[in-house]
Amino acid sequence: MSQLVFIAFQDNDNARYLAEAIMEDNPEAELQHQPAMIRIQAEKRLVINRETMEEKLGRDWDVQEMLIDVISIGGNVDEDDDHFILQWN
Amino acid sequence: MSIEIKTNSVEPIRHTYGHIARRFGDKPATRYQEASYDIEAKTNFHYRPQWDSEHTLNDPTRTAIRMEDWYAVTDPRQFYYGAYVGNRAKMQEAAETSFGFCEKRNLLTRLPQETQKQLLRLLVPLRHVELGANMNNSKIAGDATATTVSQMHIYTGMDRLGIGQYLSRIALMIDGSTGAGLDESKGYWMDDELWQPMRKLVEDSLVIDDWFELTLVQNILMDGLMYPLVYDKIDTWFESQGAEDVSMLTEFMRDWYKESLRWTNAMLKVVAGESDDNRELLQKWIDHWEPQAYNALKPLAQASAGIDALDEARAELATRLKKCGLQSQGVSA
Amino acid sequence: MAVKNKKLNLKDKYQYLTRDMSWEPTYQKKEDIYPDERFEGIKITDWSQWEDPFRLTMDAYWKYQAEKEKKLYAIFDAFAQNNGHQNISDARYVNALKLFLSGVSPLEHAAYQGYAKVGRQFSGAGARVACQMQAIDELRHSQTQQHAMSHYNKHFNGLHDAAHMHDRVWFLSVPKSFFDDARSAGPFEFLTAISFSFEYVLTNLLFVPFMSGAAYNGDMATVTFGFSAQSDEARHMTLGLEVIKFILEQHEDNVPIVQQWIDKWFWRGFRLLSLVGMMMDYMLPNKVMSWAEAWEVYYEQNGGALFKDLERYGIRPPKYQDIANDAKNHVSHQAWATFYQYGHATNFHTWMPEKEELDWLSEKYPDTFDKYYRPRFEHWAKEHAEGRRFYNNTLPQLCQVCQIPTIFTEKDDPSMLSHRQIEHEGERYHFCSDGCCDIFKNEPEKYVQAWLPVHQIYQGNCEGGDVETVVSKYYHINIGEDNFDYVGSPDQKRWLAIKGKSSEEKTESAKQDAA
Repeated sequence: MSQLVFIAFQDNDNARYLAEAIMEDNPEAELQHQPAMIRIQAEKRLVINRETMEEKLGRDWDVQEMLIDVISIGGNVDEDDDHFILQWN
Repeated sequence: MSIEIKTNSVEPIRHTYGHIARRFGDKPATRYQEASYDIEAKTNFHYRPQWDSEHTLNDPTRTAIRMEDWYAVTDPRQFYYGAYVGNRAKMQEAAETSFGFCEKRNLLTRLPQETQKQLLRLLVPLRHVELGANMNNSKIAGDATATTVSQMHIYTGMDRLGIGQYLSRIALMIDGSTGAGLDESKGYWMDDELWQPMRKLVEDSLVIDDWFELTLVQNILMDGLMYPLVYDKIDTWFESQGAEDVSMLTEFMRDWYKESLRWTNAMLKVVAGESDDNRELLQKWIDHWEPQAYNALKPLAQASAGIDALDEARAELATRLKKCGLQSQGVSA
Repeated sequence: MAVKNKKLNLKDKYQYLTRDMSWEPTYQKKEDIYPDERFEGIKITDWSQWEDPFRLTMDAYWKYQAEKEKKLYAIFDAFAQNNGHQNISDARYVNALKLFLSGVSPLEHAAYQGYAKVGRQFSGAGARVACQMQAIDELRHSQTQQHAMSHYNKHFNGLHDAAHMHDRVWFLSVPKSFFDDARSAGPFEFLTAISFSFEYVLTNLLFVPFMSGAAYNGDMATVTFGFSAQSDEARHMTLGLEVIKFILEQHEDNVPIVQQWIDKWFWRGFRLLSLVGMMMDYMLPNKVMSWAEAWEVYYEQNGGALFKDLERYGIRPPKYQDIANDAKNHVSHQAWATFYQYGHATNFHTWMPEKEELDWLSEKYPDTFDKYYRPRFEHWAKEHAEGRRFYNNTLPQLCQVCQIPTIFTEKDDPSMLSHRQIEHEGERYHFCSDGCCDIFKNEPEKYVQAWLPVHQIYQGNCEGGDVETVVSKYYHINIGEDNFDYVGSPDQKRWLAIKGKSSEEKTESAKQDAA
């Protein structure tokens, strides 16, 4: 059985950068546009890298900033200064 | 005719919720009112709590204080969640600037070793007192009935966590973010004689069952002596020791305490004014706890600003209590 | 003092800023400071193993939350100033908000109180702080919901006394008893119930479809508060998963206790969500997805991945999961049929779906809708068109545990009502299912206490014996305004006036549709 992790964001300007960064770092992930939200799912693991986001935004970015736009997640969370990782073991 | 229908359809059919209208009349209500009054369950609870089978959920008899209507206790600041976090976001922005400034210019690491040690011994251990205050206020928020009362306590509980974190950051600034300063400071809290009466008082407060007794002890008596002593009198004393820059890092606490007086005074006034029974009970609690709070702070005062400073704080508290028809042992000026 | 030279990393620094402020007490006994930590039988050997689910210090919390609130209230103001209620898809939609405000918003407040309580009960400071942060978040949700609905309340009926109704109205005892059950349990069960089973496993089924539904139906205020609240939910979900892993890792004796809680709270949550299923399939004029589809994505798929992950602790998927999965094709129809019949005793309007809506349901539920539900709904629509709107004047039999009328059917026979009963200390108790009956059998002393609305009416505790008096005086439902069919209601008349139509035209066309 497949084990999908997912993250959903409000569909706003911040989320577009997040989605772009996530799709770049997780090429296998699947992006879905739903009413007012963007949902990204992937098999077993999904990572958000601070470095990629900073490149996209052209400024410093704190991993916790994403808390403002996240709607929901599925998977174990592993968070540090540089990453936000969702995964099933 | 059709124009009239159009106009009517935009006119509101009522101006606020029924439960708000029953208190204040059917007129546009404030956000504070709609967020705070009568949104909490009052009756027909299904099961008795397994952790307290003597009471129901949301049971007003979880304190011995009796109020005809607990919603008579309100917040003069009119804090609902949005107003609360908006206010604190501004305060933290100012604090952040001060911490950044001190850090950048090494204002604390430049202090003599002895002064640094004094900060770790006399100021930073208060983070543990703050955690006790955090726990006590969370308990009160969980036990109190009426959102107007309980929300003030959860806000205060979170504030106390924040204040404990600011105090911790003073040590992290001194030790270069290694945690060594915090370990040293915690050692004083656990073993230094100076702190033992205070630590005992905090632990004693953690087993107070009656939530109104607890808010009196924590937010009025203990804080009423500790905040003026530490953040006013001892602050001045630190200045005399050449550590005036620390004052920037405790500005949040001074502003916070000044603001907290608004709701604690208002709460005490309403509750004491409700009945003689309430006032007598409050007086009994004050007689029991105020001297303990005073004695717990004595060693700290002796090691810093002096007993006179503590007596001044005690007099301030006595003056506050007197306005509510209550007495304490302080000699009011 | 240990000599340290290394700078702290994020995780250690956060620990210094939270749990390190706590200490081992010596003047009072630990059991006296934390008296509620033991009685459930959960064994915690080492709280230092607690992994903080998120690392948010208060300064960052204030900053981010203030930013969210600023955005949110700017939209509420704009919504009210521009009479945003006129831009929704159809006034029938507002009935979903009535159900939400009276059924869900009071739970947010109960959650606030519950988390404040457990935010004191645990001896592990990391867990306490995480719970307290959730407490204040839940208070936020309860308050922003009052503010978001405030404007609707000025223009529609049925939203005017939500908390009063929540304490009394027959179907609102379903959500109320759910949360009372969790809050009256010990701290570990509370977290298993609310943080894990509800927030982690099931909350997506409540909020995500509901908010998408609001977006599809032009309800800007609700979309905004919903998504803004959901951004806190990501933290709460992380807490939910952390709690379960922590308890399971602490001691093997905890596994069977937790398994029984998961079974119980999955089933209770599933029953509670029947109300959401009905809302999605019937109360949204513009549909997002069917309840069955939502259940497949958010429970079968996401829940499946989760329980596979928990296998290593010896946890299996919830008991009766197969029955719940099968019921996804039935519950929303059964619930709506019930509310339609008892629409004289609800604070929201009910109606029979229009033809395109029936077709949509047939398409989404190919195996069940035409066979079991459509004929009955078409019959009721016809009766109504001929002036005989059907209302059921008997009082229903409620399940002793979930408190829903015993309206659900057997898994293997959708034409057979599911009903269980047992005798306990000389009294007979009725249940909607084996799931609810098991819950009772595990803790009969708790569930015999249930405040069952129908029994209470019979016992004369609701200001009257006849339905009309109970509904108007005890429930505060304004008869002829809040209740009965949507067609012909004051809400409908005002809506048609907003849209520049007379109610006669609309009723005429409705009659033609039905005929």
